[in-house]
Amino acid sequence: MRKILKEKLPRLLGRLARANTLYLPRQQEAVVSFAPWQEGDSAAFEALNTAVPPKSIIFPQWETFMRFKTQGKTLELQKKEEESGGYLLFGIRPCDMASFFLLDRVFLEEPGDLLYARRREGTFISLGCSAPDEACFCTAFDLEPGWSGEADVMCWDLGKALLWEPQSEKGRHLTESQADLLVEASAEEAKTALEGRKSAAARQKEALHRKGWVLDRTAEKLEEMFDAPLWDLFRRCIGCGICTYLCPTCHCFDIQDHSAGQSGERFRCWDSCMYEDFTLMASGENPRPTKKERIRQRFMHKLCYFPNRFGHYGCVGCGRCVRGCPVMLDITQVIKEAGKRGGLKNAP
Amino acid sequence: MAQNNLLLPQVAVVEEISTETSDIKTFKVASQGGGSPLEFLPGQCAMLSLPPVGEAIFSITSSPTEKDYLEFSIKKTGSVTNFLHEIEEGYQLGVRGPYGNGFPLEMLKGKDLLFIGGGIGLAPLRSLINYCLANRGDYGQVDIVYGARTPDDLVQRAEIFDNWPRASNTNVYLTVDVEWEGWDGHVGFVPQYMEEIGFAPENRIAVTCGPPIMIKFVLEGLERMGFKPEQVITTLELKMKCGVGKCGRCNLGDRYVCKDGPVFTYAELLNLPPEY
Repeated sequence: MRKILKEKLPRLLGRLARANTLYLPRQQEAVVSFAPWQEGDSAAFEALNTAVPPKSIIFPQWETFMRFKTQGKTLELQKKEEESGGYLLFGIRPCDMASFFLLDRVFLEEPGDLLYARRREGTFISLGCSAPDEACFCTAFDLEPGWSGEADVMCWDLGKALLWEPQSEKGRHLTESQADLLVEASAEEAKTALEGRKSAAARQKEALHRKGWVLDRTAEKLEEMFDAPLWDLFRRCIGCGICTYLCPTCHCFDIQDHSAGQSGERFRCWDSCMYEDFTLMASGENPRPTKKERIRQRFMHKLCYFPNRFGHYGCVGCGRCVRGCPVMLDITQVIKEAGKRGGLKNAP
Repeated sequence: MAQNNLLLPQVAVVEEISTETSDIKTFKVASQGGGSPLEFLPGQCAMLSLPPVGEAIFSITSSPTEKDYLEFSIKKTGSVTNFLHEIEEGYQLGVRGPYGNGFPLEMLKGKDLLFIGGGIGLAPLRSLINYCLANRGDYGQVDIVYGARTPDDLVQRAEIFDNWPRASNTNVYLTVDVEWEGWDGHVGFVPQYMEEIGFAPENRIAVTCGPPIMIKFVLEGLERMGFKPEQVITTLELKMKCGVGKCGRCNLGDRYVCKDGPVFTYAELLNLPPEY
């Protein structure tokens, strides 16, 4: 196992930035978010979760994909030049790393989404968490705060150095190309990292058990909870949509035209199932007319519909929606309520 | 890896516009070089793009057996459809698709078919009806119960009054909701009329589309006549943006209606959240 001394990091980042479009956690005024990095910029690797998930790099909040020109009866459509790719994301926390696996189910399921697929071809370097906070619950989904199998390279903070462990072909290739900046980590350091990783997971698991944030056939139970009184408690939702904007697995988008005179462009942008017009049809029909139906949809989608379709829960326990909700609505409350349901109607 | 951006439409031309009712027009759309812009199955949909107003999804009302064009019967309802109602023949628009599963043609083979439509809900049914009539030998008796609010709201008049009643082993039952001067046909709601006529469920599949309230009563009526949920097919309408199961608008339980639907059996719908 190798490591990179932190004093060598600027050199490594400089090289990576020359060969790729490099994104890493950076202080952006009051918050830390993934942003392009250039020589001389600082990095905020110590931040736990970025305010906005790195999803925003691979599936941007706003992206133009077509230009159009209208004149009389004629229409001209032109696709926007596609980006060359070559993205490298450094410092992704394991929960966010896992979110890409879930987004892949949606965007790469046939027919695959080209805009997403091109950026997803990039390189992903993850940084394990040694001290997840009280809103984190990744272990509920069998994820580990300290490690992600999805990353090309997995890093672990050793204090004066980052432990560096390539996990994919791409990661091994990158490691070889930067071998002169890496040194062998001692057995002691590898052991410390492994123990830190294990204890971070164990501490969180224990806390989740104490709080009742444990999944046990949750998807199955929720199928029988469509009319549960629980959803009425969530009417206090103000419909701000922050949970969906900060969520690393939310993938809903809108498509809109923007024009000036006869020419313009078509873009897609993040959308939210928390908004009334999300399902409102031109006829005036709306299958989810109130906040109760909309919040039920969000939680059911994460914990029941998504797993039923793709075989994985649609949440990674990053805790952003829990920390960010202005009226303290909480997906863990749904997990807890489902947990209280002992027997299933259709249980064998 | 995906080779093309799925959201990019191709340019097509509106060759012909016919006025069906005061608020419904039928648009015949062909490629710039002629011919249908897409290959599709009855019951599938396509996105029509009218920049800078936007894009909306519509069921294709023509039959795939018509190779030269696509037809869409469109009710003036929202911003895109209002704009569509203003355009003239020769106008260019964007088309992408086809989207959705379409009607289960294999399952329908050899069966007697009962179509129950209301208002603009005839649009998707018409594609399948004309497909079945073009492949007449593959299907048994065809019964079509169709109604609208008034005689002036009935669409595809040439077909419902002339072509279909003349087709072999095919019956057309028309009705309007209210008494109307000059209308000497049946007066009454579609679901009740369907039950008055009476259809035996043996070897028959019912296919229905119309306003949600009509569908609700049709489903109840079919159940009373002995139809099993597996014998009843409908096609759902939900808000859609991408058409390829990614934008999330039409998510219903573990399905995306644009991709896994819009055609479902009633048996399938009973297993989905009632949010349609």
